[in-house]
Amino acid sequence: MSTIYRRELKSYFDSMIGYLIIAFLVFFLGIYFFAYNLSGGYPYFSAALSGMTVMMLIAIPILTMRSFSEERKNKTDQLLFTSPVSIWGIVWGKYLSMVTVFAIPTALFCICPLIIQANGTAYLAADYGSLLAFFLMGCVFIAVGMWISSLTESLVTAAVGTFGCLLLLLLWPSLVGFLPESAFGSLVGFWVIWSMAVFAFYRITESQAAASALEAAGTVMLVLLYLWNRNMFEHALVHALEAVAVEEVFERFVLEQTFDLGGLLFYLSLIGLFLFLTCQSLERRRWS
Amino acid sequence: MIEVKNLVKDYGGHLAVDHLSFTIEDGQIYGFLGPNGAGKSTTMNIMAGYLGATEGQVLINGHDILEDAEEAKRCIGYLPELPPLYVDMTTEEYLNFAAALKKIPKKEREASVEAAISMARLSDVRGRLIRNLSKGYRQRVGLAQAMLGMPPVIILDEPTVGLDPKQIIEIRDLIRELGKKHTVILSSHILSEVSAVCDRIMIISGGRLVASGTPENLERRMTGGPRLELMVKGAPQKARSIAEGFLDSGAVSVTSKKEDGTEFTLLTLDLETDIREALFYAYAQAEMPIYSMNMTRASLEEVFLELTETGKMVQKEKTEKGIKRLLGKRKQKETEGFGPVVSEAEAETGGVAREELLHREEVRR
Repeated sequence: MSTIYRRELKSYFDSMIGYLIIAFLVFFLGIYFFAYNLSGGYPYFSAALSGMTVMMLIAIPILTMRSFSEERKNKTDQLLFTSPVSIWGIVWGKYLSMVTVFAIPTALFCICPLIIQANGTAYLAADYGSLLAFFLMGCVFIAVGMWISSLTESLVTAAVGTFGCLLLLLLWPSLVGFLPESAFGSLVGFWVIWSMAVFAFYRITESQAAASALEAAGTVMLVLLYLWNRNMFEHALVHALEAVAVEEVFERFVLEQTFDLGGLLFYLSLIGLFLFLTCQSLERRRWS
Repeated sequence: MIEVKNLVKDYGGHLAVDHLSFTIEDGQIYGFLGPNGAGKSTTMNIMAGYLGATEGQVLINGHDILEDAEEAKRCIGYLPELPPLYVDMTTEEYLNFAAALKKIPKKEREASVEAAISMARLSDVRGRLIRNLSKGYRQRVGLAQAMLGMPPVIILDEPTVGLDPKQIIEIRDLIRELGKKHTVILSSHILSEVSAVCDRIMIISGGRLVASGTPENLERRMTGGPRLELMVKGAPQKARSIAEGFLDSGAVSVTSKKEDGTEFTLLTLDLETDIREALFYAYAQAEMPIYSMNMTRASLEEVFLELTETGKMVQKEKTEKGIKRLLGKRKQKETEGFGPVVSEAEAETGGVAREELLHREEVRR
């Protein structure tokens, strides 16, 4: 794992991409920091940080696009996968190298609250809490990008796909607002989500019997629950989907200045999920 | 030792490897021979643990490549069809990285990288970016990577493709050198290459093993007895009836040709024993002078072409019949003065045919 980590990190800084991403993030943070805090006089650094969410949409796909796509395109993955290294080792090595690249600008951002403090009152706890949430959110985005990169051998597809996915995550809360709130609407929504999950399960396991059984069981459960207690389904779909809004956690840190431990754990579990999915997609490719 | 048991690889309805089983003994050079798309690369990818098989099992020195992957992969050095090079690294960086990936202990790493560099003759380019290397050097870097740590089994997928004649000879020498201490498995669609360096040949076609053995063995087993071609003056019917006095009618094939108004007959005979003398007297008695007489044995090349061209034909009987039919045609061509027969497949790939000829030169020397 450490071998791959070192090679990846070195290649980011041999090929300029690493410097480019760091410069890009620092430059735009500088603009926000100047506009909100230095010029505007607002004491919370987290406000400037929240503007960076949009910049991440551009920086993260560029960071992650080459992680697995390029290996596959150049067939260098043949070296990795025929070496005595586990797939987890490969995925972790690559992931940590990207996290390291992203950690550098984040570490630079940590200076900003101190600048505010030197010139007036700063809310260090709130700001550093937000920075932590910002960093972890970035790590989630990187995990998503790496997963998408593992699905394709085209760098462009990986970058655009990641951009689209991250944009969707960002717009999620607004999109959820359009969903039906009635009990029956929720039932249908849950059924659609369940069916999609079963389909994904079927694609992974290719077991038609198990997938059919799961689909039938889920459908019956949902209908029984609906018949048993219809009120439970009121607003349920919207509430459930709002809970997975990734960016909301960071927003809460920024706007409410609360330390949302549950939210951070949610980020960590998302990272775990996407690393797992990356391993799965790499493993699957060997068998198809 | 490598055991491949009942290997199947199904690419969505297309069987790239079709119930392939074989065993590879230690300390020999094995050649996988087959046309493009025969399943050589797929088989090698499965053996090296890059691809998973749909069915079947691969054991490397007793370790299952899937279940005991790390141990099994430690025993293998693999050079895929396209060398897996990171072009943004220098040769030395790359080999160090590969050595670390292969979990060669730190103390031995430097020595094994040095050994690989000197064996593959890379010392001139050790500090250069792989991006700037020529194809021949890239191939050698790939080869050096496969040799790192001196694994007991080295798998090389078409190691000489795209190299110039001098490099081909160098790489062949290197492979022979490796074969003294390691089990080497290489694949190729060029027969001369395989017969030049390999102790044992496996001919693969349509994902199946159609023949295997030592080059000499294969030649003997697949081609039957020697074959006699002769040209006599006179009518074909009479020439045939004389020949049939010694052989079955099935073993005799006849064509006639006219030269300056004189009728000649060309006969091709499949011999069991040497009957040249008897034939000579028989034709002399019939006052049909023999103009030429030539005894040949089918070459390995022809065995290969016939076995692989027919693709799915696996029953030996069928194959042998096919070879005989084909040989008749080919020999005819040769006697008509076309020179060495270059197959259609080789003719399409001019480079390959050149390599062939080059190798013949080498052997002659």
